[in-house]
Amino acid sequence: MGRYLLRRLLQLVPVFIGTTFLIYWLVWSVPGDPFAGKCGERRCPEQYVAFMTEKYQLDQPVLVQYAHYMQNLFQGDFGETFSGRSVNDIIVAAYPNTLKLALVALAIEALIGITAGVLTGLRRNGFLDNLVLVSTLFLIALPVFVIGFVLQWLLGVQWGIVRPTVSSEMRLTELLVPGFVLGSASMAYVARLARTSIAENRRADYVRTAIAKGLPMRRVVGVHLLRNSLIPVVTLLGTDLGALMGGAIVTEGIFAVNGIGREVYRAIVTKESATVVSIVVVLVLVYLVMNLLVDLLYAALDPRIRYE
Amino acid sequence: MEFRTRDGVAKVINGVTYHVDAGETLAVLGESGSGKSVTAQTVMGILDTPPGFVTGGQVRFHGKDMLTMSDEERRRIRGEGIAMIFQDALSALNPVFTVGFQIAEQFRVRRGMGRAEAKKRAIEMLDQVKIPNAKSRFSQYPHQFSGGMRQRAMIAMSLALDPEVLIADEPTTALDVTVQAQIMDLLAELQRERQMGLILITHDLGVVADVADRIAVMYAGRIVEEADVYELYAKPAHPYTIGLLESIPRLDEKGQELRTIKGLPPNLMNIPPGCPFNPRCPMAQPVCREKIPPLLQVAPGRASACHFAEELVSRD
Repeated sequence: MGRYLLRRLLQLVPVFIGTTFLIYWLVWSVPGDPFAGKCGERRCPEQYVAFMTEKYQLDQPVLVQYAHYMQNLFQGDFGETFSGRSVNDIIVAAYPNTLKLALVALAIEALIGITAGVLTGLRRNGFLDNLVLVSTLFLIALPVFVIGFVLQWLLGVQWGIVRPTVSSEMRLTELLVPGFVLGSASMAYVARLARTSIAENRRADYVRTAIAKGLPMRRVVGVHLLRNSLIPVVTLLGTDLGALMGGAIVTEGIFAVNGIGREVYRAIVTKESATVVSIVVVLVLVYLVMNLLVDLLYAALDPRIRYE
Repeated sequence: MEFRTRDGVAKVINGVTYHVDAGETLAVLGESGSGKSVTAQTVMGILDTPPGFVTGGQVRFHGKDMLTMSDEERRRIRGEGIAMIFQDALSALNPVFTVGFQIAEQFRVRRGMGRAEAKKRAIEMLDQVKIPNAKSRFSQYPHQFSGGMRQRAMIAMSLALDPEVLIADEPTTALDVTVQAQIMDLLAELQRERQMGLILITHDLGVVADVADRIAVMYAGRIVEEADVYELYAKPAHPYTIGLLESIPRLDEKGQELRTIKGLPPNLMNIPPGCPFNPRCPMAQPVCREKIPPLLQVAPGRASACHFAEELVSRD
């Protein structure tokens, strides 16, 4: 187990370097002038451009710039924007908001998705099953911004049940609707996966044994069936956290959440490579760590899986 | 009881009647697809519905019909009144829980015991089925057990609540021959100790001869013969039973071709008119294609569903 963990952690190194370089190179090769519009209507003075180019090593080859960036990164310094603001500050300010939103989305997605999946998996082809199938199809087919704007307008503006936008305090109650919107598509997939998994395992021999033991149906389903059926669902949920954070940009825009989506968008437009790369680097880390956690969780959920 | 499939309705069990008393072993013998397992599943109430539907009949336990009971009443009988062990213990045990958990679970849920006491009782059960190192085995998972040990664990689990009747559905089919004998000995011993009724479902005539008191032979969803084990082996009263017994390999007929029953069991969606065995029966007469022979008593304690049962019994 220890050796497995070590190997997995070592595997993270090349993946981390590869992905971060790719991002760095992409941002570097996007055409555009970082100093366009920095000096009002006029072109920036030669001295300013020369000073900034020197300071941020913009005349260096991309590999050198990348190496320099990584060197700072490993010292915990994400660099600074061209206006001199520390990228660390941006990350500290924006990431917790996105993480909070993504976690709320994940919780809603798991709760509703699994409940719907279990209920429909046990009673296939009933009314509820059809209802869930149709509504999951809706969630999958509709783009997030449509669901977002419709719910915001309906619940926030028309009926006035919730605040249309999220305040800077990021209260949990305010995050319920944005969380639902963000997690909606994944929720549909979770529901369908859970349904299939439950329906498949429903006929398993060990479920029959559990019934033959005279256990109450609650326990047969809640303990024996659920534990086996949820293994693939947990995998989906675990790897989804990174996707939710990265995909939050639209939801954050609709509900005015001050998260990484907005920051990354602004940084791409103004060609703030350090900000873009740093935000994505942290996102990559979230993906990698969640992936590892899911694999470890796998072994905890299914004792037949052993790592060495 | 019948299976409703896309291709039609399969009448899987047709007027099967058998009973078992305390301390008695009844063997239900039959080929694959003869309905022996499905009968047991109907008794336990673990039939997959759909496609399986019980269309009539009674399952009486202490005289009370289980099919008309409430679900809750029926659940209480499972495990405590009637318990069951399955053919493939690997798939019948839950792969993600320890063997100990799955046994202790019954003490906790059905007897309301605490964690520690349930564990103690579960280890006792593992001891009773002669699993060595029961204490450390308690916290192992089914896949860490060997086939024979797994079936022992399955037996321990089924006997945990001290059932009055145990249904064993091909308990040794998935095991090595040497292990088969050990498991059968264990079952026979536990049955004697506890004086429980044992319904042994099998297609293995060798297993039956050793442990059964009575035998019910099933064919195409019906019982075709029921008799005391010695009488059945000595003087079968149904041509199907005769065919079965003749197909046992014998040491004194070395080198000769094995005898078989010609043909295949009928498609249950399309059972031939008259006696279901008539297309394969060497004694078939015109009457066999017209009338279904009822299961009638031919001698005290034995019954046969053959138009010529009396002839067979009186024949030397």
